[in-house]
Amino acid sequence: MKAKSAHHLWQFAGGIHPPENKSISTQQPIQDLPMPDKLVLPLRQHIGAPAQPVVTVGDTVLKGQKIAEGQGFISCPVHAPTSGVVTSISDHAIPHASGMEDTCVVIEPDGQDRWIDKQENPDFVTLKKTELNAIIREAGISGMGGAGFPTAVKTAPRDNIDTLIINAAECEPYITADDVLMRERADEIIEGIEIVARLISPRRILVGIEDNKAQAITAMEKAAAGTSVDIVVIPTKYPSGGEKQLIYILTGKEVPSGAIPASIGVVVQNVGTCAAIYRAVRYGEPLISRVTTLTGLAPKHPGNFNVLIGTPVSHLLKTGLQAPVAKLVMGGPMMGFELASDDIPVIKTTNCILAPSKEELGEAIPEQQCIRCGECAKACPANLLPQQLYWHSAAKELDKAESYNLFDCIECGACAYVCPSHIPLVQYYRFAKTEIKVQKADKEKAERAKIRYEQRNARLEEAKRQKEEQRRLRAEKAAKAKAAKAAAAKEAAASGEAQSADAPKKTSQDDDARKAVIEQALARAKAKKAAKQAKSSNDGSATPSATDKAE
Amino acid sequence: MASVVIYAIVAFVILGLIFGGLLGYAAIRFKVEGDPIVDQIDALLPQTQCGQCGYPGCKPYAKAIADGDEINKCPPGGEATIQELANLLGREAKPLDDAHEGEKPKQVAFIREDECIGCTKCIQACPVDAIVGAAKKMHTVIADECTGCDLCVDPCPEDCIDMIQLQPTVDTWTWKAPERTIPVKEVS
Repeated sequence: MKAKSAHHLWQFAGGIHPPENKSISTQQPIQDLPMPDKLVLPLRQHIGAPAQPVVTVGDTVLKGQKIAEGQGFISCPVHAPTSGVVTSISDHAIPHASGMEDTCVVIEPDGQDRWIDKQENPDFVTLKKTELNAIIREAGISGMGGAGFPTAVKTAPRDNIDTLIINAAECEPYITADDVLMRERADEIIEGIEIVARLISPRRILVGIEDNKAQAITAMEKAAAGTSVDIVVIPTKYPSGGEKQLIYILTGKEVPSGAIPASIGVVVQNVGTCAAIYRAVRYGEPLISRVTTLTGLAPKHPGNFNVLIGTPVSHLLKTGLQAPVAKLVMGGPMMGFELASDDIPVIKTTNCILAPSKEELGEAIPEQQCIRCGECAKACPANLLPQQLYWHSAAKELDKAESYNLFDCIECGACAYVCPSHIPLVQYYRFAKTEIKVQKADKEKAERAKIRYEQRNARLEEAKRQKEEQRRLRAEKAAKAKAAKAAAAKEAAASGEAQSADAPKKTSQDDDARKAVIEQALARAKAKKAAKQAKSSNDGSATPSATDKAE
Repeated sequence: MASVVIYAIVAFVILGLIFGGLLGYAAIRFKVEGDPIVDQIDALLPQTQCGQCGYPGCKPYAKAIADGDEINKCPPGGEATIQELANLLGREAKPLDDAHEGEKPKQVAFIREDECIGCTKCIQACPVDAIVGAAKKMHTVIADECTGCDLCVDPCPEDCIDMIQLQPTVDTWTWKAPERTIPVKEVS
């Protein structure tokens, strides 16, 4: 342990020390659950484009069979967590802060839990990098720490990475999924880390674990012995498990605003993700289950469970309750969101289901006026000015809020935690953030509408111009025909009045012009008569041109 | 003494020529095409191209505003647009013109395709070319490009175009602004 503390650590600004409440769920090893009655699999469990179903209602699927295909580069396929029948592909409540519905594939398990033919790779070390990454992509692995970014994008082979950081901080109160995973499956995690390391060839590999997880640290150090993986124990402070915060603690480097860690040569993976990568590569098992913490004072048997993806939360609660559930939170108490019902499924990113009792929750303290004490700024781990963000967000001055780097806020809730006026600060930031995003999307659409409108106008203008041009050409043609006709008339009329000589005068003098017109008309009439008399068969060609002129 | 006066006059004349030349050059070199204020106003308008303002599109209305027309004639933009225009132009923000029905929720046109006879009237009415189809062939609306101006509804002889209110999706959903819970008490 002493040798490890030799690794230099940096301290990020701010942060808080809320009650941990982790021991509630660490008393038991990881347990299995009975098979639920149905599995609800949202097609979007990751960041990026939703997956497209490749099964139809009524299909029989096997455990591990792909039921939806990823769309595009940043996307993830979805697999059947057990064998059974697809009973519906339709809208179902999903774990989302909005409480909205989205397309889900619902599978009714047949209870046999039959696997598809798995592609095992006992000697996966001989696989090529591209093959390894393809396995990760096909296994539908996305970040299991919370954000759910498709892992294959981050593990795409490259050689410009300096540090691979494994996030094992698990700083949020109550949650212990990563902790128990490290205690029980440290070997799998280390193997997974080495696969990732092979793909992106980092100069060093650091596993950041908070010092409140003694058993996990021991297990991980034992597993990492003899490898190039460094287990680094970091002080317990919330939110040291925030990606940017952990990078700073371990490397002293700051991720620039709006950039991704790879821009400073760092890739961060969650421990759970690493274990999933190992299972996928070694045993050919796609991501169909995960370790999820069920905790709070309401469940009778809080602990960590091996949960099939798609298991409804109500099924987890069937393990027994000792008190009524005051509310259901997915994620932790700081960054989680409340679930509208217990019919919502556990997905790839669900690390915790928090079911507090009424006593545990305490009474909601009403929001008071901001007294400008500045405690929030001291607590902010992202070096922002929460008070300014609050004022501007509350006043809906979104551009000003944005200018105070609202989008660098990680919504950790440290500011709201220390606020003596109990202002739900993060709510304001979340509101402002989503509002700005929607407004930007609207602006973009308006811009497109403007371009389309202008292009349409240009097109109509062009059509009008062409019509005008055609009219002009027709008029010219008619004029020419008229001239030709006049010449013909001149020849035909034996008297041979000099009409052509009169024509120029028409422009110079009004009287002359009038006279000329009359003369022309007379000539025309004469010509008509002459033509009619001369050849009655040729009539047809002459008459229309005469009517043309008359118009 | 006189020479000092002459020097001064000469110096000022030379300076005047130099700066005059500079200004003249700048006027040509940095000449702004079109009316920048019209573009600025146009950028604030919602580009619905619905014509509810009485002009045949957002750009013409922007020109009219620049020429002094009222800024409260745009229902799709609503109060927010009026406020932004007021800020830009330094004018008083007014409530939406009474002649209009007020702000409507976002909507898109939808053609009941079974009933469409392919007359192309709606295609001609659409200001943003968001309807595809050909004569005597069924038409349909490109929902992503539709601005919800409802200009296609009236020309339709079959009355088969509906305006559908847009429901928020997971992508367009926004958190609600927290309600301020500080109670207001009336004293007296």
